[in-house]
Amino acid sequence: MSEVLLRLEGVHTHIGRYHILHGVDLLVPRGELTMLLGRNGAGKSTTLRTIMGLWKASEGRISFGGQDITAAATPDIAQAGIAYVPENMGIFADLTVRENLILAARRGEIDPARLRWVFGLFPALETFWSLAAGVLSGGQKQMLAIARAIIEPRELLLVDEPTKGLAPAIIMNMISAFRELKAAGETILLVEQNFTAAKMLGDGVAIMDDGRIVHAGTMAELAEDAGLQQRLLGPSMDTHQ
Amino acid sequence: MTAVAVTLPPKPKVDWVPLAIVPVLALIALPLVGSFSTWVTLTVAALAMGMMIFLMASGLTLVFGLMDVINFGHGVFISIGAYLALLVLGPMAAWVASDSVIENVIVLLACIGVAMAGTGALGWAFERVVVRPVYGQHLKQILITMGGLIVAEQMIHVVWGASPIPISLPTTFRGAFVVGEAAVERYRVIAVVLGLLVFAAMYLVLNRTRIGLLIRAGVENAEMVEALGYRIRRLFVGVFIVGSGLAGLGGVMWAFYRQTLTAGMGMEVNVLIFIVIIVGGLGSIGGCFIGSLLVALIANYTGFLVPKLALVSNILLMVIVLLWRPQGLYPVAKR
Repeated sequence: MSEVLLRLEGVHTHIGRYHILHGVDLLVPRGELTMLLGRNGAGKSTTLRTIMGLWKASEGRISFGGQDITAAATPDIAQAGIAYVPENMGIFADLTVRENLILAARRGEIDPARLRWVFGLFPALETFWSLAAGVLSGGQKQMLAIARAIIEPRELLLVDEPTKGLAPAIIMNMISAFRELKAAGETILLVEQNFTAAKMLGDGVAIMDDGRIVHAGTMAELAEDAGLQQRLLGPSMDTHQ
Repeated sequence: MTAVAVTLPPKPKVDWVPLAIVPVLALIALPLVGSFSTWVTLTVAALAMGMMIFLMASGLTLVFGLMDVINFGHGVFISIGAYLALLVLGPMAAWVASDSVIENVIVLLACIGVAMAGTGALGWAFERVVVRPVYGQHLKQILITMGGLIVAEQMIHVVWGASPIPISLPTTFRGAFVVGEAAVERYRVIAVVLGLLVFAAMYLVLNRTRIGLLIRAGVENAEMVEALGYRIRRLFVGVFIVGSGLAGLGGVMWAFYRQTLTAGMGMEVNVLIFIVIIVGGLGSIGGCFIGSLLVALIANYTGFLVPKLALVSNILLMVIVLLWRPQGLYPVAKR
């Protein structure tokens, strides 16, 4: 395995009186795309939010590039090089596409070469450059959310269900975009319910159930083992394939 | 990459309807008022009052929009801003009475400067001591900020006494311009110009600067702004200070308008300010501006035409607007 970029060790998260994560252990190797799969309510989104510091881990340790970020504030985690695309995309609807991207460029200016690369991945964004993000379609908003995460080089992308609710053609477009990101050497932790998309993209995979990682390995192994898929993912696979 | 047909989104439309209500309302009032000169006087007075309400309310709407804080103590900054003007008016009493335009303008600017600096500093302390412990807890916010308002009012009584204090307008700003048969008070024109300048400045800052971009984004989704690497809390403190300073500015203008200082003047306009920001759409500066003008125009016209309705005119306006647009005239997109 390549060098580990992100490491979660025995991470617990409480939201109010609810105990959501029960000791998550997860490794994300540098330069790979790691899929985080599981049924609805397994704790996948909570894991991403805990990594970002949006919910604090009540126990355990999260290290990123060797640095302990367990108790770090969200802006510090972002500045350390982690970009986050939440399940609801987090688009600023009243801001234009351009303003959404400028906001993500923390130096205040977007590198033109990087912008051309992003436009190559998501041509619609160039077309709708000056429009308010709120008027974009669901797929276009998702493209903008991902573009915002990669408009400047980041060490790690956390992406929460990017294909959710999208038309099949747009999903294929998303898959192509993630393949290009992989080819560019990006490290990605991708939460996904669409197993077909997961099989096409994942290098490694971790499966969650009831707030714990119940399986970790390569995607190739999981893709070939129908029994393991059925046992670990069960009905969620039938629903989301 | 798979080619995907680009679906054209609908062209964003500028929402002119709320903007058009202000001139339409004024035009409807013209035949009802009957006399053109009276209508001009009423309308200019309402615009002036609207601008002062906007100055007092703009900070509150941003504070609510950005951090979801219901600050019932906002009136503190209005009262204290007005009283801080006394620190200037006392020593510069000769310049207030002077016939020199320059000296009069300097007095007004000094009052504004002292009030804004003082209320800005007070806003910083108020955020740290009163507001910060109750983030995310609306009921506690209402109770503690209301408590802060009451304590501050009593402190004004302690420092400046409980009796109303009369103040004089600098000589240049007294009297009226006579346009045809209509008399337009000079001070009201000053208030309109100042309100327009502040609105233009806020518009430019919000729409043409990076800090404005961050504020607009933060009003929509503060959590995502943090996830992009920005410290929204610092931004909020900054907005709270500026909002308090603007309330102080509004307090000075309001005090000169009434020419009397009372400790309760902030609390008196608090309800009006909340009506304005609800009518405009919480978090929306444009909505706050239109809401202020509407509230003032309705109050003046009904006060003249149906005096008995004047007391409830603003509540009626709010009910009608919320029935039409439950999120206010210019709702801010929220996550």
